[in-house]
Amino acid sequence: MNPEFEEAIRDASLPDKTKQQLRTFLEGKEITREQFSTILDRVINEYMNTRIEACEAVGIIAAQSIGEPGTQMTMRTFHYAGVAEINVTLGLPRLIEIMDARKEPSTPTMTIYLQEEYSGDRDRAREVSWQIEAAPLHEFGDIVIDMENMQIVVQLNAAVCDKRKISVADIVEIAPRKIKDRRHYRDFDHEVDEKGAVMYFMPKDKESYQNLFQLAEHVRNVIVQGIDDIERVVVRKESGEYILYTEGSNLKDVFEVVGVDTTRTRTNNISEISQVLGIEAARNAIIHEALSTLNEQGIMVDVRHIMLVADMMCMDGEVKQIGRHGIAGEKESVLSRAAFEVTVNHLLDAAVANEVDELSGVTENVIVGQPIQLGTGDVKLIAKPLN
Amino acid sequence: MNVLEHVMVPDHQIMSEEEVQQLYSLYTITSEQLPKIYHDDPAVKVIGAKVGDVIRIVRTSHTAGRAESYRLVIKRPKK
Repeated sequence: MNPEFEEAIRDASLPDKTKQQLRTFLEGKEITREQFSTILDRVINEYMNTRIEACEAVGIIAAQSIGEPGTQMTMRTFHYAGVAEINVTLGLPRLIEIMDARKEPSTPTMTIYLQEEYSGDRDRAREVSWQIEAAPLHEFGDIVIDMENMQIVVQLNAAVCDKRKISVADIVEIAPRKIKDRRHYRDFDHEVDEKGAVMYFMPKDKESYQNLFQLAEHVRNVIVQGIDDIERVVVRKESGEYILYTEGSNLKDVFEVVGVDTTRTRTNNISEISQVLGIEAARNAIIHEALSTLNEQGIMVDVRHIMLVADMMCMDGEVKQIGRHGIAGEKESVLSRAAFEVTVNHLLDAAVANEVDELSGVTENVIVGQPIQLGTGDVKLIAKPLN
Repeated sequence: MNVLEHVMVPDHQIMSEEEVQQLYSLYTITSEQLPKIYHDDPAVKVIGAKVGDVIRIVRTSHTAGRAESYRLVIKRPKK
């Protein structure tokens, strides 16, 4: 392309994407300078026409554009992601969850990408998954309740430990510590025979069988390997690499695991993303989650509406919900807030605090019966006296 | 790990005083009208911005391809 044209495109006040489209369109085409300037002018003109005008009520348009297709969504769907049967909430409940900025989604799940040296090989991917999936002690050997001697005998299976890449020494150290710290159960003593890979747990109170059985329950279920919040890990091959899907989410701890690609791994827990990766990542996550929830149901909503919602939610540095504890509850106008939810509380609080309503928004002007300050209502007449 | 390397985190840069003034006069706004970001946000900690700094965020936008956005660093309010 003529370098002169290239320069003109670069300096034009157009978005990057439009410039790129223009470049690919003009690639290899023989055009005169005159033709080029006509094309560029028309493109700029067209772009200016598509821009939203100042004072346009974009919020209402976004609300309608997401709300109407939302009525066509399935009320309750449980989707199993492919053959891997990982259960994820989708459809309307998931959309509501995103907008409400819940601290924890009803089905937290992660998509864990692996570093190159692990992602190509199923066995190596499985190795990483052992470090992530929470494994209780009973998976590593036999647990027997010895009622005669009032103790619990754990015979570890060396083959299983070897396969899962955890040493017997680690397990005998972790198990009693975790029962005390994580499960908050301290009324027991333990003895270890590391050579024979056997552990003995004795309740402090040797009089009651109830204690023995209670202790057995703790011993059986104590998590000795993996991350406590992650209940299940499924390894799947997608576009030439192995990816881990999980039930349960803990972004911070997963990032510490060797072999995990910390640049691509993600979770569907938005509040976790905002804590670990920051507010901008949370904004991206809201857009991605909302868009994929809608698209999964075959509903095409323009991304601009979702971007506006995400922008509003992340405006103040933390993720705020749309409802009365977030954006709608922080509106300036008393009447507007009262019109939304818990009317009497807002009116009462406003009266106590001597609040003044400036009547600058749409809702409050509709309530008092004045023209709203949008469209034709935005025009004001200023009269100049003749003399 | 560096959070800025994650695909979901856009580029964050601290703006110079001059650039900030240019920004304010371009849109005729004050610092209060900018979106906010907390001082203990993981991305803010990485670039080492202080309370009162303005951060330029270069996003890859679904619509424009590349979009700039700005955030003012504020202290996280106590609950």
